[in-house]
Amino acid sequence: MSKLKDASIPTIPLQARISRWFGRNMIRIYALFGFTYLFIPVAYTFAFSFNDSGKSNLIWKGFTLDNWQNPCGAPEICNALGNSIKIGFLATVFSTILGTMIAFAIGRYAFKGRSTSNLLIFLPMATPEIVLGASLLSLFLVFHINPGFWPTVIAHVVFCMSFVVVTVKARIASLDPRLEQAAMDLYANEFQTFRRVTLPLVAPGIAAAALLAFSLSFDDFIITNFNSGTLTTFPKFVYVSAARGIPAQANVIGSAMFFLALFIVIAGQFIGRKARVAK
Amino acid sequence: MADVSTATRGDLRLTRITKTYADFSAVNDLSLTIPEGSFFALLGPSGCGKTTTLRMIAGLEEPTVGSIHLGTTDITTKRPYQRPINTVFQNYALFPHLTIFENIAFGLRRRGIKDVDADVNKVLELVELPHLAQRKPTSLSGGQQQRIALARAIVNRPALLLLDEPLGALDLKLRRQMQIELKWIQREVGLTFVHVTHDQEEAMTMADTIAVMNEGEIEQMGTPADLYDNPKTAFVANFLGQSNLIKGRIEGNDGDNLVVDLFGQKISMPKNRSHAVDSSIYAGIRPEKFRISLLGTPTRGNILTGGRIEEVSYIGVSTQYQVIMPWGQELMVFEQNDDGVPPFDKGDEVMISWEPNFTFALRGDEDAEAGTEVAPDDLDEDE
Amino acid sequence: MSSTLSKIKLPYLLLLPGFLFLFTFFILPIVNLAQTSTQTPIAGGDTGQYEQSLRFANYLNAFTENKEQFGRSFLYAISATILALAIAYPLAYAIAFKAGKYKNLLLVLVIAPFFTSFLLRTVAWKQILGEEGFVVPPLRTLGIIGDSTTLTSTSFAVIMGLTYNFLPFMTLPLYASLERIDPRTMEASGDLYANGLTTFRKVTLPLSMPGVVAGTLLTFIPAAGDYVNAAILGNPNTKMIGNVIESRYFKIVDYPTAAALSFTLMAAILILVTLYIRKAGTEELV
Repeated sequence: MSKLKDASIPTIPLQARISRWFGRNMIRIYALFGFTYLFIPVAYTFAFSFNDSGKSNLIWKGFTLDNWQNPCGAPEICNALGNSIKIGFLATVFSTILGTMIAFAIGRYAFKGRSTSNLLIFLPMATPEIVLGASLLSLFLVFHINPGFWPTVIAHVVFCMSFVVVTVKARIASLDPRLEQAAMDLYANEFQTFRRVTLPLVAPGIAAAALLAFSLSFDDFIITNFNSGTLTTFPKFVYVSAARGIPAQANVIGSAMFFLALFIVIAGQFIGRKARVAK
Repeated sequence: MADVSTATRGDLRLTRITKTYADFSAVNDLSLTIPEGSFFALLGPSGCGKTTTLRMIAGLEEPTVGSIHLGTTDITTKRPYQRPINTVFQNYALFPHLTIFENIAFGLRRRGIKDVDADVNKVLELVELPHLAQRKPTSLSGGQQQRIALARAIVNRPALLLLDEPLGALDLKLRRQMQIELKWIQREVGLTFVHVTHDQEEAMTMADTIAVMNEGEIEQMGTPADLYDNPKTAFVANFLGQSNLIKGRIEGNDGDNLVVDLFGQKISMPKNRSHAVDSSIYAGIRPEKFRISLLGTPTRGNILTGGRIEEVSYIGVSTQYQVIMPWGQELMVFEQNDDGVPPFDKGDEVMISWEPNFTFALRGDEDAEAGTEVAPDDLDEDE
Repeated sequence: MSSTLSKIKLPYLLLLPGFLFLFTFFILPIVNLAQTSTQTPIAGGDTGQYEQSLRFANYLNAFTENKEQFGRSFLYAISATILALAIAYPLAYAIAFKAGKYKNLLLVLVIAPFFTSFLLRTVAWKQILGEEGFVVPPLRTLGIIGDSTTLTSTSFAVIMGLTYNFLPFMTLPLYASLERIDPRTMEASGDLYANGLTTFRKVTLPLSMPGVVAGTLLTFIPAAGDYVNAAILGNPNTKMIGNVIESRYFKIVDYPTAAALSFTLMAAILILVTLYIRKAGTEELV
């Protein structure tokens, strides 16, 4: 096999290279614009958290760190935030537990009524929030329960549960059944297999579901509005103050939540990757 | 409609193709001509660059430098849909949402052909699956999917048909059967086939010409017999079948033959089967060319004495022996069980002999282990 | 054997708590809502006092009085869904096929804006698109819009707000569907003489339909019932049915009408969704 040592190496013409590059990367360029668009209001919120605004954060008045140093400065805001966090935490715990159980039932066992169960889980996701909120409020009123903290928690669990089920079910579906078979082959009974093999493997899905549930609960406005009565939550606070001007502290809290959540998710990814490498 | 001139035919010529990725080069200054109408195999271990080369011919990757010509047409910068070349993918890549009929008709329709029935049915007959026309790919077995993938490519009568390890996922019996069928189909339709594989038996069964690739370059190219009988490098000698490589020195001439010293024992071999550049060589003999005989038995040809049998493996058709020589090397011998004579025993003191014309000589500075560690079940090497 | 017995019962045991909860706090409320929707105001009683009847006239009245808002809600929701699909599809495509090792990071970035309260983001849009934002003044200087045109308090802003809010709901199912496509089938399409656009039409798009259906449903359904975007970014003429229902609960206390409206909304959505699913022909919903 002779090498054409004396022949010069043919190169690809520049025009072809350029058009090929564009063809390949046009969609990446679009994605860049897309992500920028997604983050514009986030960036805006973050920027205006530094605004020396006083009561009304509508125009830029000057840069200050005061808001960040004093995030609870606006009246009611930390109360609202605290409520949102408490409600979110409780709603997450309940919906994750109940939802994971349902996900295991539907995802692993073939039983009569499985497709009906699937449908039932889908219904809350298909119902507009306003109907969910209004119907719950009506029910509470019938039983003379006043809207407030616990009705809100209950309402949140209702709509978060379906999302938990979908998320965990997806994770369960990707489990290799041979892993559990291997565990039982190695003398682990059902409970031990579940605890040492199944649960750790499904755990990332459950964690993702919990994070999703918390985000949905924290950010919820419509359902909360119907069922919380005089209790403020963070979204309610923002909505109410939207008319006269949202205090910059709200921007601070919103931005802080953003960075915190981003950090948790990215850290989770890193830990997951490290764990996989270590194993 | 795609710009495809099916009149573009001829030999496929790769000129000084190099393909580099960020940190390594998959194909290195490779030049190759594939004659029209032949069944050509690119053979090599996983990661040698054969699949990358194939994909560059198909247009699914572009070379970093170099050019590709089909006949007189330069197709280097042409997109895959502009080349009269079709590929049979390793995992078949059938369109799951289309019926078998529509899968096969796909290429014809894209080229603007309205009346596809005749062509599609003809090629379904060729692969003996006309009854599956209305089914969907997911309901077919692996072997059936493979034949449909082939049909989908052939129906377009491309100038070149590329096959990317198409038989990898089939079980042994089916694979053997498909090897014969593919060869028959290639002769029937007269297309140029380029077949990429890591299975040397497969390449030798099917191909007219084989190019053995290693680390982005072609080690040797020729007919299966050329490559097997007269390998030029240790890689080819070890990758195709098995070889015994014995270190030695050329001591002198004897007419058309060379006199070679192997650890004190003298043998002779034809001059034109030596690829050495100086007197230091590896003498190569295939295991089936060796004959074992007990000490004192009259033998002819080259003889090496002082061997002792270490291992005996009875394989039905043949018996394989490991014979340890006085200089510490274990030689492999395959003896056909064709004469009812019982095999030798472990511990027997024996001589090894062979016809001098079967010897080949490699350069003394070759790596004698090159090509020996090859995993039979290669993973998909595409990046 | 007790273990086989528990094996048969296990799925039901797992389902029990969650379904009990859903029954009590989802099914029952909806049934109650149905009941409320057919109530009549007690003659001579205070506002908020009703007696049970089978007053289906409530539905008729509710619908006829608010057909404008119904129509508008569906118009806005469909527009937002189409826009969201147009924006999200290439984005999901880029993440699924062009992202390499950054796939997971990009997915996180799609959800990340979610972490800032959606109200804060919607109000941010109001200010960005408002008189003092950085969109209107440059457009005015360039002469693209007149001095008297505003972007906020318009139906344009409401649709934009809806589109933006539900972008992650559209992107993720699209991504999940696209990710499942074997890239080799797209290569095979090119190998078989289909150019980029044709490959998209004939291979990629059909195979991504489950994601398209899921994404459009997850966007349209909440968008139809939304009222926050209309409240913040709109004006009294952009009221959606959600606004009407909200005001019937809290401002004008008229529970039967509100309930009737809610049911009508749900029914309308269900009808549209069923027609849509039948046309798109896919069963993979959850």
